[in-house]
Amino acid sequence: MFKAGHTACAGCAQSMAARLVIEAAGSNTIVANNTGCLEVFSTRYPESAWNVPWIHSLFENCAAVASGIEAALIYLGKKDTTNVIAQAGDGGTADIGLQAISGMFERGHDILYVCYDNEAYMNTGVQRSGLTPFYTNTTTSPVGSMFLGGNIRPKKPMPEIANAHGIPYVATASAGFPQDVQRKVKKAISIKGPKYMQIHVPCPLGWRHESELTYQVARLAVETGLYPLIEYENGKLAAVRKIAQPKPVEEYLKVQGRFKHLLNNAELIKQIQEIAYNNIEKYSLKVASSE
Amino acid sequence: MKEFLEGSRAVAEIVRLCKPGVISAYPITPQTHIVEELASMVANGELKSQFVNVESEHSAASAVLGAVATGVRAFTATSSQGLFYMAEVLFNISGMRLPLVMTCANRAISAPINIWNDQQDSVSLRDSGWIQLYAENIQEAADLHLVGYRLSEDKSIMLPVMVCMDGFILTHGMEAVDIPSQEEVDKFLPPYKPLYKLDTAEPLSMGLLADPDYYLETRFAIQETFKGALKLIPEINEEFKSRFGRDYKDGLVEEYFTRDAEKVIVAMGSVCGTIKEVVDALRAKGKKVGLLKIISYRPFSYAKVYDALKDVPKVAVLDKAISPGAYAPLAIEVKAAFSGRKKSPKVISSFIAGLGGRDITPESIKEIFAKLTQKEVNLEFIDLKPELLKEEYGE
Repeated sequence: MFKAGHTACAGCAQSMAARLVIEAAGSNTIVANNTGCLEVFSTRYPESAWNVPWIHSLFENCAAVASGIEAALIYLGKKDTTNVIAQAGDGGTADIGLQAISGMFERGHDILYVCYDNEAYMNTGVQRSGLTPFYTNTTTSPVGSMFLGGNIRPKKPMPEIANAHGIPYVATASAGFPQDVQRKVKKAISIKGPKYMQIHVPCPLGWRHESELTYQVARLAVETGLYPLIEYENGKLAAVRKIAQPKPVEEYLKVQGRFKHLLNNAELIKQIQEIAYNNIEKYSLKVASSE
Repeated sequence: MKEFLEGSRAVAEIVRLCKPGVISAYPITPQTHIVEELASMVANGELKSQFVNVESEHSAASAVLGAVATGVRAFTATSSQGLFYMAEVLFNISGMRLPLVMTCANRAISAPINIWNDQQDSVSLRDSGWIQLYAENIQEAADLHLVGYRLSEDKSIMLPVMVCMDGFILTHGMEAVDIPSQEEVDKFLPPYKPLYKLDTAEPLSMGLLADPDYYLETRFAIQETFKGALKLIPEINEEFKSRFGRDYKDGLVEEYFTRDAEKVIVAMGSVCGTIKEVVDALRAKGKKVGLLKIISYRPFSYAKVYDALKDVPKVAVLDKAISPGAYAPLAIEVKAAFSGRKKSPKVISSFIAGLGGRDITPESIKEIFAKLTQKEVNLEFIDLKPELLKEEYGE
């Protein structure tokens, strides 16, 4: 349903995750895609990697386009047999597309919204987005001689924002845990109503890590507690992926060029470690000791 | 059967008869009554349609885009700022060759904020790839929606249609309107049969990236289609006349006492009603005056305009919009119609009136006829208040 031959970079986790999502959702699925890397590398005329009905309109409107598709399917009496997925990158989701997503959630459309979170505007050349993590070096949050930190704001809490809409299912996932991605997609489409999934997808070009490390980088984000894998059902935290022994964030940071500026700065690393600790605490990520 | 209806109600009635499967809209004055009426029809079961109450005009246009792409006839309506907020989606709908009808309840543009009528909104979006049809009165506004769907969904067109009706003057005015029966409408407008759609049985990708090797041809194709629309609009109006009895001639322009006229005003929209009244009064006094009403602004029929005005000595173009730093938008087109042609009016003067809802009265029209002399004027504003200009610019 998502075929090889597209023009994604080597080691692109977004292309991996997109394939996992559509294969889990199945061929009875219509996809509305925002502008972004995924759209560009998968549908350059006259070729398309998609073997399901797929539409791209603009950068910020896939949630609204999908709303119209869903309404049309209800009118045609086909909604019960057709899944609708709206998908976008982190900028198209948390920044420019947020209003349309909020509307889609609030109206209760039966749509799975998937955010492929590679933590910056990669299609335009690694500019910071609302989902760029604390202290990331991007082209618009650069490390300079006067300021050593990079991006000065933490990630926008999109899963919590989605959850605050009272939608039935919200999940985070990671390209480092493919089976978990597919389990969550299947669960999401089995639930009627608006669903939100945010999948962490390393970008070797933008994160400046070796392209063969994509999988390991994705796993490290989870294993450090920096990218907690959680599920909300009907507003309540329903499940989390436990971490046996949380790894120090430095292990995650040191393999990526976007965090290189932090490596000799114990104070800044400590602040990022605090974010991981807070996640571990907030979502009870640690396996309880068997005392 | 004729009913005394508000303009918005008349449009809603005709849209109901066109049976859109999806309606999506966001409220903006003076468009609101149209979508309120439709929402009420859906709530009462008179219209089997999915009504999607979106959070913005951007999403309204996007939702109907998605619905039409899924193979379902759709409808939306907006005005002014809402139209501008839709703008990038509007170009997208035409670029993706999706048929749609939208009402634009014409309203002024902010700043300063102003909810009253002029045509700056739709005229500014003349290059969006939408067919633009302008209504003189409520009956015509209603009828243009029906013509619009037929035109838009024609396999040779597959482009969206914007029906422009002057805000308040037509949306909130009352008129005796002939609303056809469902049976009559069904004969004129068959169910929408998409050429392409999002369908799991036959997967298709829509909205692909076109690089420099492919993009130019997409724009050429749209331009060619507009030429086709110039031919199809008269055919559809001919059939409309035979079925419904109302005669909009070729549906592109309407000539009103132009053939022997010495002075003709060119205009579009509801002001044409006022101009006709003044023409009648002046004709009764033996003055050879006339009106050329532009119904179809896009496509623009240079040939019809040439033919109608080539022997008229003096022509005034009345614009309810401006293009700051250039001639007025409609005046540009009328002047262009005579470029390099054998015949031409001696004078094509250009007047601006009615911006932000300033009333264009019969006196305003008489003033235009009076100012239409041997001396060509351009961008002459009618009904300016000198005392306000004094405040602004000093003595």
